Amino acid sequence: MIDASGLVKMYGDKVAVDDLSFEVKPGIVTGFLGPNGAGKSTTMRMIIGLDAPSSGVVTVNGKAYAEHRAPLHEVGALLEAKAVHNGRTARNHLLVLAATCGISARRVDELLDLVGLTDVASKRVGGFSLGMGQRLGIAAAMLGDPATLILDEPVNGLDPEGILWIRHLLRALAREGRTVFVSSHLMSEMALTADHLIVIGRGRLIADVSVADFTRQASSDTVHLRTPDAERLRELLVGPGVRVTVMSQGRLEVVGLTSDAIGDIAAAHMIPLHELVPHQASLEQAFMTLTHDSVEYQPTEVAAS
Amino acid sequence: MTTLDTAPSIDIPSLSTDEIEHLLVTPTRVVRSEWMKMRTLRSTWLTMALALVSVPGIGIAIAWSTANDWTKMRPRERLHFNPLADPLSGFNLAQLAFGVLGVLLTAGEYSAGMIRATFAAVPKRLPVLWAKLGVFTSITLVTMVPLSIFTFFVSQRLLSAQHIQITWDTPSVARSVIGVGLYLTVAAALAIGLGAIIRNVAGAIGAFVGIILVLPVIASALPQTWGDRINKWLPSNAGQALMSVTSDNTTLSPWRGFGVFCLWAIAALVAAAVLLRRRDA
Repeated sequence: MIDASGLVKMYGDKVAVDDLSFEVKPGIVTGFLGPNGAGKSTTMRMIIGLDAPSSGVVTVNGKAYAEHRAPLHEVGALLEAKAVHNGRTARNHLLVLAATCGISARRVDELLDLVGLTDVASKRVGGFSLGMGQRLGIAAAMLGDPATLILDEPVNGLDPEGILWIRHLLRALAREGRTVFVSSHLMSEMALTADHLIVIGRGRLIADVSVADFTRQASSDTVHLRTPDAERLRELLVGPGVRVTVMSQGRLEVVGLTSDAIGDIAAAHMIPLHELVPHQASLEQAFMTLTHDSVEYQPTEVAAS
Repeated sequence: MTTLDTAPSIDIPSLSTDEIEHLLVTPTRVVRSEWMKMRTLRSTWLTMALALVSVPGIGIAIAWSTANDWTKMRPRERLHFNPLADPLSGFNLAQLAFGVLGVLLTAGEYSAGMIRATFAAVPKRLPVLWAKLGVFTSITLVTMVPLSIFTFFVSQRLLSAQHIQITWDTPSVARSVIGVGLYLTVAAALAIGLGAIIRNVAGAIGAFVGIILVLPVIASALPQTWGDRINKWLPSNAGQALMSVTSDNTTLSPWRGFGVFCLWAIAALVAAAVLLRRRDA
């Protein structure tokens, strides 16, 4: 459980995070989305107290992170792949962190096994690929069997197999009742992994919405149809919130009605349909539209229904 | 999301409730972690080896060559020879090695990015600084005091062939010899502080060398009336008063000088502690 309220982070005159409030709930994967430079990493660093907020408060499981007596059991964080000393071996890196709160070497070995680094455990991390570094970071995050996981762009540098593995791991962690907070700048990745989305742009909250709602909104875009009785159908469909455009002879584009509703209306009036095609904007497009608009105008809450 | 629901479940190892109850961060555990950090890096061993070898190595080399050449040396050269200080002059190299190592322990973590993992594990931060300080100064003290004494006795033994040795019972000798170990320990503490303040390895080593070696050289160029007043208060000049047998008005008395050197190190550490808590990692 992460609770941020009114978080602000200024770097000189530049506002990196601007009055950000949100809640991350246990038992689900919450995606933290935003374009590069939106303030995701800064926000995550503030959650675990690496950066101090200019104003506002953020708590983890009810307390400021630094107030927890067993911090690694409260939060495991993967903040950047290279929060390691290149000269140390993978196993020693984990042992050094484990030692701060008495986690056993057995636990370290179990986690090396989980992330698939057992074979290179005694190799120095300077020679690791980005993907291996990410796996080591994930093992480090899980050392204390934490109730909350904060992972900043965990799929960066992973191959497709690794990405799939992370996806399964995150879902499994959430299923165990943990709070899982994952940042990404890829909407498509989050659509597959997350249950809930917190979207920010230029440090401001743009949307706090379930993935299901976001997907529905993105996909209720336009429907293309073809009918021999285009004029009559157009008149039947037009109404408040519905826009119908005649594309060419017998072709209509409808915005504001689902293909189901159009099909039903046509059937009720005995109008034959030769084509009925919903055009879903891709999630990526929807995300870009959302963040683009919101960085230029006022942030708008996307109502969760 | 159907693909996910049918995905093979991952067996996540968890800790027992008994283990979880004991996951508290304690000073002892932070010390153990810092000790492990130190000994799991190759740079530590290389730098430490240099530091440990320098005092006896240089000392014995000087004593041996002096004893060998004594009969051939000119009277002026003989007069110039100091049987106590010369065989201990390896500390000049040792202080650089300890300085570099101290900086690597603190600033090195920032350069590597490791500091974020460290502070995530120990969010109160200060225990990390005190643990680094405790581990490093203890190692310096327990290695360098015995090594200085060892160097003294071996080199005096070599010098005794020409009957130019000095004995342990001579006034101020024991203090000077043990003083080498004490001086290096405080230099190590100063390096820890500078590294934590500057957070950049090259910059902090530069500052350490500047303060310990360059500052006295620059200050010695001052007109004497100014120089006599200022020089003795500089960190390394003050600290090295502990190792000198003679003292005049251009130096502080041994223990007073050492106290001043300690104050410099404490000032650096206090500044480091304040900044450590205040700055973003």
